[in-house]
Amino acid sequence: MTATASVPTGPKGSGPRHMSPRTETTLRIAAPIAVGLIVLGIWQFLVSVVGVSDYLLPSPASIIEEFIAYWPSIAAAMLITGINSLVGLVVGSILGILLAALAARWRAMDQMSAPVVAALAVIPIVALAPVLNSMFGADSQFGRQAIAALASFVPVFLNTLRGFRQTQPVHRDLMKAYAATPRQVLRTLTLPTARPFILTGIRIASSLAVISALVAEYFGGPRGGLGAQISTSAASSAYARAWAYVVASIVLGLIFYLVTLGLERMLQPHAPRRRTR
Amino acid sequence: MSDSQATAPTTAVEVRGVEKVFQTRAGDVHALESIDLSVAAGEFVSLIGPSGCGKSTLMRLVADLDEPTAGSVTVFGKSAKQARLDQEYGIAFQSAGLLPWRTVAANVAVPLELHGVASAARSSRVAELLEMVGLAEFADRYPDQLSGGMQQRVAIARALAEQPRLLLMDEPFGALDEMTREKMQTELVRISAETGAAVVFVTHSIPEAVFLSDRVVVMSPRPGRVRDIIPMRLGADAKRAARTEELREERAFFEMVTAVREALHGGSPVASGARGVETR
Repeated sequence: MTATASVPTGPKGSGPRHMSPRTETTLRIAAPIAVGLIVLGIWQFLVSVVGVSDYLLPSPASIIEEFIAYWPSIAAAMLITGINSLVGLVVGSILGILLAALAARWRAMDQMSAPVVAALAVIPIVALAPVLNSMFGADSQFGRQAIAALASFVPVFLNTLRGFRQTQPVHRDLMKAYAATPRQVLRTLTLPTARPFILTGIRIASSLAVISALVAEYFGGPRGGLGAQISTSAASSAYARAWAYVVASIVLGLIFYLVTLGLERMLQPHAPRRRTR
Repeated sequence: MSDSQATAPTTAVEVRGVEKVFQTRAGDVHALESIDLSVAAGEFVSLIGPSGCGKSTLMRLVADLDEPTAGSVTVFGKSAKQARLDQEYGIAFQSAGLLPWRTVAANVAVPLELHGVASAARSSRVAELLEMVGLAEFADRYPDQLSGGMQQRVAIARALAEQPRLLLMDEPFGALDEMTREKMQTELVRISAETGAAVVFVTHSIPEAVFLSDRVVVMSPRPGRVRDIIPMRLGADAKRAARTEELREERAFFEMVTAVREALHGGSPVASGARGVETR
C-alpha cells in the first residue's frame, strides 16, 4: 500500500498576529518581567518620593536589604517549611492515588469515600491547625505535615479518580478481546489514561501543600518555618523583615509549582498537541 | 497457527439458535432472535442491515464481548469464551481505538506485548505488519499525527498481529471518506487473501459488502433476524485475490448489489435508492 494519505504537518495554532515562535517565546518571558519591574518601580516611587510611611509599606529596597541580611535564617526557615510541605505533598499524593484506585475499583468504596472526601475538602486549615498543634505537642512538626498532607490529598484524589474513569469503551473492548489480565489492563490502559489527570492533581496540590504548611505555622507549634517567622517579625514591628519572609514564601511556592510542572512535562513526552491557541 | 493447519476445522464460526435480549429501563429489547449462521474457514462474510438490526451485537457475541441470552456460539470448535482466551481472532472497530500515548509501532505491538512475545520477535513482526499496511515510515509517529484512514490501517495491522485465522471487523471503514474507503477495501481484499483468514465484516454499505464478500448476510431489525444469505456470484473475478477496482464497474457486481438491495427490502424490487441503508 502506498502511503498517499497526507500527514497533517506544517505550522498550526500560530497566534492571530502570526508571530514567529521565537518572538512569541521572548515575549512570554519578557512581558511578566516588565510588569514586575514596573510594579516595583511604582512601589519604590510611592515610598521614597510620595512618602508612604515605612510601617505601612516598606520599600522594595529595604525588603531586599533585610532579605540579604537575614539570608541564613530565611534559608533555614525555607528549609523547615519546604520539608513540611514536601512530606505532606508526598504522603497526601500517595494516599490520594491509592484511595482513588480503590474507589475506582469498588463502587462501595467509592460511595463510602465520597462524603469523607467532601468533608475533607471543606475543612479550613485555620480550624484544624491549632487542634493538631496541641495534639502533637509544641516541638513536633507532625501537625503541620499532616495539614499539608490533608490539603494535598483532596485534589490528587479527585483528579486521579476522574482519570481512572476516562478509559474509552473501545479500549476496554480491545483489552477484553486480548484476554488481558486485570494487572495488564491497569498497566497498559488504565494508568496511562489516568496519568495526565494524576499529574495535574499533584501540580495543584503542590501549591496547596506549601500554603497549608505555612499557614499552619501561624498557630503555634515549634518556632522556625516561614509562617512562624513572618508572624514573629510582624509582631516585633520589623515590617521589612516580615516582607522578606513573605518573598521567601512566594519563592518556595514557585519552586514547588515549577518542579511539579517539570515532572508533568517529563513524564508525558507526548501530550496530545493543543489544536487551538 | 501453523501447527493447526493439518487439523484445522473447516468451520470458523458456528452460530446456533442465538437470541440476545438487552434489559433496559423501558423493558426488554430483543436485539437478536433465532440466529443461525456458519462461516467456513477462510471465508469472507459480511453482515449488512439497517441500524438496530443487531449486526454489531452478533459480531460482539462471536468475539465474546457480550454473551448470548440463548443459543450457542462456537469458534473453531470451541466456545466463544475459550476462543477469546486462546486468541483465535483479531478484531477492529469503527473507531481505530489506538492508544494515543503510544507510537504507531507500539500500538501494533500491544497484543504481542500482552501475550509475552519476546522483544526481538515483536519488533520484527511489527515491522512486517507495518510494511503490509504501507505505514513502515510512520512507525515512530503518534496516532494524532495520522489521518483517519492511516489510523484505521494501524488498527488493522494490530488486528493481524498474531496471525489470527479469524478477523472480526465492525464497520472499520465507516468513518472514512469514500475515496479512502474504496482504497481500504482493495487493501483488505489483498490482505485477507494473503493471510487466508476468515473474516466477519459488519457494514451498512451494500457495494462494500458485495465487493469484499463471499457471502452477504442480510439482516432485518426489531428483532434482529437473518433475512437472507446471498452468495456473491461475481463471475471470473470471484476469487478474492482477483478482485480489483475493475470489478466495481462490471455487470455481475451491479447484479449482486441489486440482489442485496432487494433482499434488504424484503424481496420486492426497489425502484430508487434504498432507505435506511447506504447504497454508495
